[in-house]
Amino acid sequence: MSTPPASAPLVEMRNISKRFGGVHAVDDVSVDLYPGEVVGLLGHNGAGKSTLIKMLAGAYPADSGEIYISGEKVAIETPRDARRYGIETIYQTLALADNLDAPANLFLGRELRTSLGLLDDDAMEHEARAVLHRLNPNFKNIKDPVKNMSGGQRQSVAIARAILFNAKILIMDEPTAALGPQETAMVAELIKQLKKEGIGIFLISHDLHDVFDLSDRVSVMKNGRLVGTRDTSKVTKDEVLGMIILGKLPEEETPEELAELH
Amino acid sequence: MAREEVGMVTSLEDAISRQTHGHPLSWLTSRQTFWVFLAAVIACVTLSLVTDTFATERNLFNVTRNFAFVGIVALGMTAVIIIGGIDLSVGSVVVLSAMVTGMTMAAGYPIYLAVPLALAASLAVGLFNGVMVAFLKVPPFVVTLGVLSVARSLAMVLSDNKMVYQFGPDHQALLTLGGGSTLGIPHPVYFLVVLALGTGYFFRWTRWGRHIFAIGGNEQAATLTGIPVRSVKISVYMFASLMAGITGVLEVGWLGGVTTNLGQSMELSVIAAAVIGGANLAGGIGTAFGAVVGAALIEVIRNSLILLGISTFWQGTFVGSFIIIAVLFDRLRVSRAND
Repeated sequence: MSTPPASAPLVEMRNISKRFGGVHAVDDVSVDLYPGEVVGLLGHNGAGKSTLIKMLAGAYPADSGEIYISGEKVAIETPRDARRYGIETIYQTLALADNLDAPANLFLGRELRTSLGLLDDDAMEHEARAVLHRLNPNFKNIKDPVKNMSGGQRQSVAIARAILFNAKILIMDEPTAALGPQETAMVAELIKQLKKEGIGIFLISHDLHDVFDLSDRVSVMKNGRLVGTRDTSKVTKDEVLGMIILGKLPEEETPEELAELH
Repeated sequence: MAREEVGMVTSLEDAISRQTHGHPLSWLTSRQTFWVFLAAVIACVTLSLVTDTFATERNLFNVTRNFAFVGIVALGMTAVIIIGGIDLSVGSVVVLSAMVTGMTMAAGYPIYLAVPLALAASLAVGLFNGVMVAFLKVPPFVVTLGVLSVARSLAMVLSDNKMVYQFGPDHQALLTLGGGSTLGIPHPVYFLVVLALGTGYFFRWTRWGRHIFAIGGNEQAATLTGIPVRSVKISVYMFASLMAGITGVLEVGWLGGVTTNLGQSMELSVIAAAVIGGANLAGGIGTAFGAVVGAALIEVIRNSLILLGISTFWQGTFVGSFIIIAVLFDRLRVSRAND
């Protein structure tokens, strides 16, 4: 089995289930995440990985199962709850209000205010420039509505929002889906940097190649169930591909089956 | 020291972005509100030159007062449109509020009781609209269309469909409130100015304002970032009803009486005013100033039809066409964005 680092898990999701109508979107899944670790969550579209992670992000509550943050059992029912536990999410859809500028989007729902209770635009712009500059030194037009920005800039805004508030746990749902090679490399660099700072990262993707090199462990889902979790250093890409497509653990996969994948 | 550095970078970037974004004039000319404002000014100047009746004190007094009513309601409508909703019930809330004011005062109660009661009735309608939209997910068009019928019907039940024109001991106070003037300017205009400034201030400088724009821009994003979307929506519908309620109170005072056809089909003028003023029916865009300017343009054009001897029956054509054209532009823009 896999051997996670020897410290208390940052996140532990135990026996999580979620139904939509008659469909078991997530069925009795357990995953965990340690400080400074990147766990790749893999599976086809519809495997249940986004649903699982949305329950950690507070987008919807779990039907059953338990979530522990740093060993403590917590109830996460809203995005607000998740943020309170230091969980930040970069959604595949980015979740940006297109009509607002970058600072407004960065501070959405957590606007800085002056002592009179009014929006403190100067402070928000100042902080936005600092964090966006760190991610993307060429980012100048931060006061434009984000709908006028490039895909990479929009992604930067979504990422900046997640790291701005000292997240302990970062959820990245297909973070490089909209990016070119250069920007993808930038995201990879950022992930390594955040790892060093002790942040735990769930990296969700349907594309094995996106996450394999960045992840310390991979958890594979298929049809709402967890196929298994493995140390990335102890499996091959082909074996993980087998987990994704066949829904079988590496030791159950036959060489013939793996050969069929190609 | 680090902060200084960042400050320098900021000003440098500002300079660059100002360069790349060009002259303030190009910013101004890119605003719909600017063109509408210009159109209203040109219409006023032309009318002053072409007719001897437009620039008279009496006519200007009437124009400003009339547009104040549409303008106040359009402030609330703009907020609703910004969150991507619509409120068809405002005209009926105007008559309900007017009728509650009238009936309460006719029964001998003082104005300081009647007005809060009327505004409370208006807020209750807004609360209902908001709860239906935010919690029960009924499309705003359907909810407020139903309430359009219900609220007017309630006003009829309340008054037995009779005209109310005796307002008890505070009769004169009510007439002064809505029909009087100070320094030559009709009282409803003061209300419009104060409410427009207040609305603009709230839109720009409060979290509530930021949140309504976020909801209109991307409701899902607003939810995921922890904005209390449902309560904000309810507050917006209540705000729209409150504006209609205030207008109802003022209109009774101006007319000196209230009948149950007050505010009939006013929602159309109000939506047109908001849309002409730059509010986008797809949500996320709109200004308080735009609502006022839009209301002004509609009233100036209505007035010009009268003064130029053109049948006022054309007014409905103008208002209706403008709404359709505005929505058409939205559609075109959306379909182009999807290509």
